[in-house]
Amino acid sequence: MPHRLIELAIVGVLLLGIVLFRGPRPARLGNLLAAMALLCGVGLILARQSLSPAGLILVTAGLGAAAGWVLALRVTMIRIPAMVALQNGMGGMASFLVASVELTRCAVGASGPGVRGAALLGMVTGAVTLTGSLLAGGRLANMLSQRPVYLPRHNLILAGLATAALLLSGGAMAAGDPTSLRTLAAGVVLAAGGLGVALAMRVGGADMPVLISFLNAGTGLAAAFCGLAIGSWLLVACGAMVGVSGTILTQIMCRAMNRRLTGVLAGSGLTPAGPSEAPESATPSRPSETVPVQAEAAAPGTALPAEVADPYERAVGILRQARSVIIVPGYGMALAGAQEETVQLAEQLAGAGRSVVFAIHPVAGRMPGHMHVLLAEAEVDYGMIREMNDVNPLFAETDAVLVVGACDVVNPAAIQREGTPISGMPILRAHEARAVVVCNLDTRPGYSGVENPLYRQPQTVMLTGDARETLARLRAALA
Amino acid sequence: MADFLLTAAVLAASAGLGFAVIRRIPPMLHTPLMSMTNAVSGVVVLGALLLFAVRTDRLEQVAGGIALAAAAFNVVGGFAITHRMLSFFRKPSERAGEEHSECRTG
Repeated sequence: MPHRLIELAIVGVLLLGIVLFRGPRPARLGNLLAAMALLCGVGLILARQSLSPAGLILVTAGLGAAAGWVLALRVTMIRIPAMVALQNGMGGMASFLVASVELTRCAVGASGPGVRGAALLGMVTGAVTLTGSLLAGGRLANMLSQRPVYLPRHNLILAGLATAALLLSGGAMAAGDPTSLRTLAAGVVLAAGGLGVALAMRVGGADMPVLISFLNAGTGLAAAFCGLAIGSWLLVACGAMVGVSGTILTQIMCRAMNRRLTGVLAGSGLTPAGPSEAPESATPSRPSETVPVQAEAAAPGTALPAEVADPYERAVGILRQARSVIIVPGYGMALAGAQEETVQLAEQLAGAGRSVVFAIHPVAGRMPGHMHVLLAEAEVDYGMIREMNDVNPLFAETDAVLVVGACDVVNPAAIQREGTPISGMPILRAHEARAVVVCNLDTRPGYSGVENPLYRQPQTVMLTGDARETLARLRAALA
Repeated sequence: MADFLLTAAVLAASAGLGFAVIRRIPPMLHTPLMSMTNAVSGVVVLGALLLFAVRTDRLEQVAGGIALAAAAFNVVGGFAITHRMLSFFRKPSERAGEEHSECRTG
């Protein structure tokens, strides 16, 4: 069966493409290989089958492709998570539609229970990921509130929807005629769609990295089930690999937050308190905030050294004398649109002979690896980027840490206090450095609502206000 | 039935191979990985195409058409975004080289 061999060869090319994701430059080739693999898959079908109506096929596929292409070229990195969620949802929709049609065709032909079961599973996973992704995407695009939504007896509703989907699926497995099969199938899709909404609605803005990875795995699974239903090795292999990838990322995110997936989906009860709740227009500066910086910079309880009144002078002094600097960027930096300033300040500091690196926490940003692409978009030298586990031992020996728009990822309460939402979460050990300069919007707690003792340490300087302006001032003073 | 089992075996094998390969990918590339695998999950576009390999009624055409558009959006958009994202990762030497060649041609 040469056709099967060709499918396996295509899978091999895809696998090679994924293997090449070991560095940014080989990854570019890897991405092209993966695209080629899918293209060959399309070619294989066109060569072996005659499809009609051709007009419908060309128009729909063409429109979808064009829309995807245009959006891809225009999206900024801060909007990437929303874009990925949207595309994910589209994949889920395609999966459940394909599975539905295949299922309804089962009644006509005589296919085994395996095919019907696979089709139903494809429908359920596809519909769940569609609605879940749309909800997640809405949150990520700041079109929906970041607050998780809890319904009365939420778990009961979830169980009810899941049972409904199960029962209707059971009915669909046994159904004999096309009409009842179609009705039952519609019911399954509706129940599954509702399930997706109910699952995703309890996950707030803070936990998005976990949810979006989970949904990524979900669409892979949906594609794999479709593949089982139609007997395509290509669908099955691709879907399985995507499912595995999403699962691995979900696990990494959960570990980085020290939470379990079930806990995240059940909702953490965290209401965002910090700047993360503000829409992207957190950028417009509020003049009244930058002026009384002296009064605000001392978080309650700090006794400023008597001889240093102006925190900016103190910060500039710290950075000027530092021989080693670690920069900790957070999502707040992206919200303030301060990526470029941060990168340029880093280059400025490094150019004067200091050792400068960026320390990235695994859950910084709205999706795994988000902070990296945000910095890359701002033209960072990616050789300056360090992961948490590699950089943590270095903090104690570092002269200065610059925190930009980050709070919970450098919150020592995570390792010093028990019983908080972030207890046990690994953090970047900024509090161990000799001096810390914090450029955050304000001194309010982050998503967790847990106060940050880092702000009150004597070696910490707080520069509140719009990070873009703060950094511009620092750069000018250090030039 | 045998074919079904064989297909299931391919699923399992792919999952295993995928796991072995993907766990090694550095965190810096997690976002491009996610958008690339996102595009790959649009492989269901093949399933959508195959729907039209037999005679379709109006309802099936609507469902199939939507599925095709959605999957095409997923695939093309995903690979395009990934490509663009990865092109952001440059070292200063590479950027300087680009500016130099821009000066020459510009």
